[in-house]
Amino acid sequence: MAFAAFATSAAPPTDAPPRRRSKVALLLLLPGILYLVLFFLAPLVSLVLTSLQAPSEFGDIGQYSYAFRWENYAVVIEQYWPHILRSFGYALTATVLALLFSYPLAYFIGVTARKWPLLQSLMLVLVIAPFFISFLLRTLAWKQILSDESFLVTSLKAVSLLAPDAHLTGTAFSVIFGLTYNFIPFMTLPLYTTLERLDLRYLEAGNDLYASPVQVFRTVTIPLSMPGIVAGTLLTFIPAAGDYINASRDFLGGADTQMIGNVIEANFLVLLNYPAAAALSIILMTVILVIVGVYVKRSGTEELL
Amino acid sequence: MATGAFADRGADLELVGIQKRFPGFTAIEHLDLVIPAGSFFALLGPSGCGKTTTLRLVAGLEDPTDGRILIGGQDVTGQKAYQRPVNTVFQSYALFPHMTVLENVAFGLRRRKITDAEAKAHEALRLVELDHLAARKPVQLSGGQQQRVALARAIVNRPALLLLDEPLGALDLKLRRQMQLELKNIQEEVGLTFLHVTHDQEEAMTMADTIAVMNKGRIEQMGSPELLYELPRTAFVANFLGQSNLFTGPVVGETSTSIAVDVAGRSIVVPKARSHRHGGDVTIGVRPEKLSLHRDLPAPDSASNVLGPGRVTDVSFTGVSTQYLVAVPGLGTLVVFEQNRSAGPIEGEGDEVWVTWNVEHGFGLDDDPAEQADKFVADTTTQSLAAQRRADLLTELEEA
Repeated sequence: MAFAAFATSAAPPTDAPPRRRSKVALLLLLPGILYLVLFFLAPLVSLVLTSLQAPSEFGDIGQYSYAFRWENYAVVIEQYWPHILRSFGYALTATVLALLFSYPLAYFIGVTARKWPLLQSLMLVLVIAPFFISFLLRTLAWKQILSDESFLVTSLKAVSLLAPDAHLTGTAFSVIFGLTYNFIPFMTLPLYTTLERLDLRYLEAGNDLYASPVQVFRTVTIPLSMPGIVAGTLLTFIPAAGDYINASRDFLGGADTQMIGNVIEANFLVLLNYPAAAALSIILMTVILVIVGVYVKRSGTEELL
Repeated sequence: MATGAFADRGADLELVGIQKRFPGFTAIEHLDLVIPAGSFFALLGPSGCGKTTTLRLVAGLEDPTDGRILIGGQDVTGQKAYQRPVNTVFQSYALFPHMTVLENVAFGLRRRKITDAEAKAHEALRLVELDHLAARKPVQLSGGQQQRVALARAIVNRPALLLLDEPLGALDLKLRRQMQLELKNIQEEVGLTFLHVTHDQEEAMTMADTIAVMNKGRIEQMGSPELLYELPRTAFVANFLGQSNLFTGPVVGETSTSIAVDVAGRSIVVPKARSHRHGGDVTIGVRPEKLSLHRDLPAPDSASNVLGPGRVTDVSFTGVSTQYLVAVPGLGTLVVFEQNRSAGPIEGEGDEVWVTWNVEHGFGLDDDPAEQADKFVADTTTQSLAAQRRADLLTELEEA
């Protein structure tokens, strides 16, 4: 699910409607339309149908027949609403943390380091470098670093910064940490591309018009970097909300940190309750769509793009 | 700067021993300058002469390497840009793209917590006749309109000192003239001190009370436009502000009121009052429009200087006047502008002519001629011809 969400959000945005509806334009659109029908619309329809299935009357576990059981939705919401809330809570926290970490970093690379192109390229490579290792491996590495026997945890316990019976793995802390860590490059890169184009003359104009550096940052720099902020937060928030790796018990999560992605995974692969899993997926997608729609509308970035 | 209140009038600007070095080069060598309150002052010079750096120093966008900046007698050298009672109209306008025109204009007022910011912003927009576009975004405006918004955004704050960085550079001729007029009106209306930076001598001459001509980080000469044009002190000024015919020679005679300079065997008389040097080698000059052409050697006359004979090598008709290039043996090429009082050019290419001018129209430079490589500097580059052409067009436009 995480990857599906990421792929759809990373697809190029649809441009303004064509001025002339010619046959050539239609022909050029055909591959894209075919692709969408085949790989997006068909699975979506199948998912919706699955979510409405009912258990087969005399079937085994995992055998379902087509029906219109709308109660499936009510049942999963009632059963899993804490997971849904937790998912969006974790994703939101991780997005905010990633933004707080990435903005100064992107500002440094895109604005401060403009005079030194070599440093700029080097730092960009460093931001991308983690991608050269599978993120499963990196997350596992963090599991080791944060585990109870690790140097970090024993040291923290030795200086009494951590209670003797406390853990880092399996807590909300480690899950949010993992999400933040994994999505920082997705936040930094769009921020960098916007800040790299930031015209510093606007900042000078703000200074000239009696705005202190803090005021210039709030009234000029932030609004002008809004396209990067929106792109970065979307690229972080959407996949983070559906993530099931970081929160999984095999990685950084525990019993009380299960996110909606983990629930969907369990229903699909362990409990074989396909209608429940499908219904949860649809709910997740709808909530994300609503949140993103409101967010993009409110941030008013259309004119800046 | 106190918040919540306007400056009640323009303020003096004083630069004391300003020096600005960047890694690798010196932008300003040593600058002392006093601009009195309420004046319209132009810093004129070619690109790279340090004029924009001077402006940025005054605005507080750069720190001087050495020296002090005083505004209204108060030392502001240590103050940041946002603390100074100064506003700038940037060459690029730098209008905030994410704000409406009105928000742009009210920006400075809001930062200083001035009451009724919106009403005052509307008032400033009315002054530049753009109040009907207050709700638009800057990208929806034309270049000229953006420029007027930039102007409104600066003057709405009633700064003690308004800085203009080539603000008319991006405009077409007609808009330019309109804006020049508008700036003058605004200055008369609100009584600010204007510091205007430009490389366009035409713009500087029509707008400024006082012009300082800058070259290589120094001020070459400062004074009223008439003074700079009539009595340039250096060859640079003589050629940057309009065109000049310059000749160098030793002083061979002297009366109580004038000196005579030997130029290629002829004695050229210049009034002492119009010459900065009275002995030794002197560079003297005369403006092209002060020269007249004659087919025959004119009768000797103590009131005029004569050079020639020379040959007309080029004639270009520019409407109001005709420009002749006259090659005089031993001197080089002279530029002559003749008003087209009768129809068309009077001389043809190849004609032999004498050049005369009234003794009262010559000037003597302060430059040490030994430092000048060229004995005779005729500015016949395509650029200067184009500049002259444009000047003529401007005159036409004004008359139309």
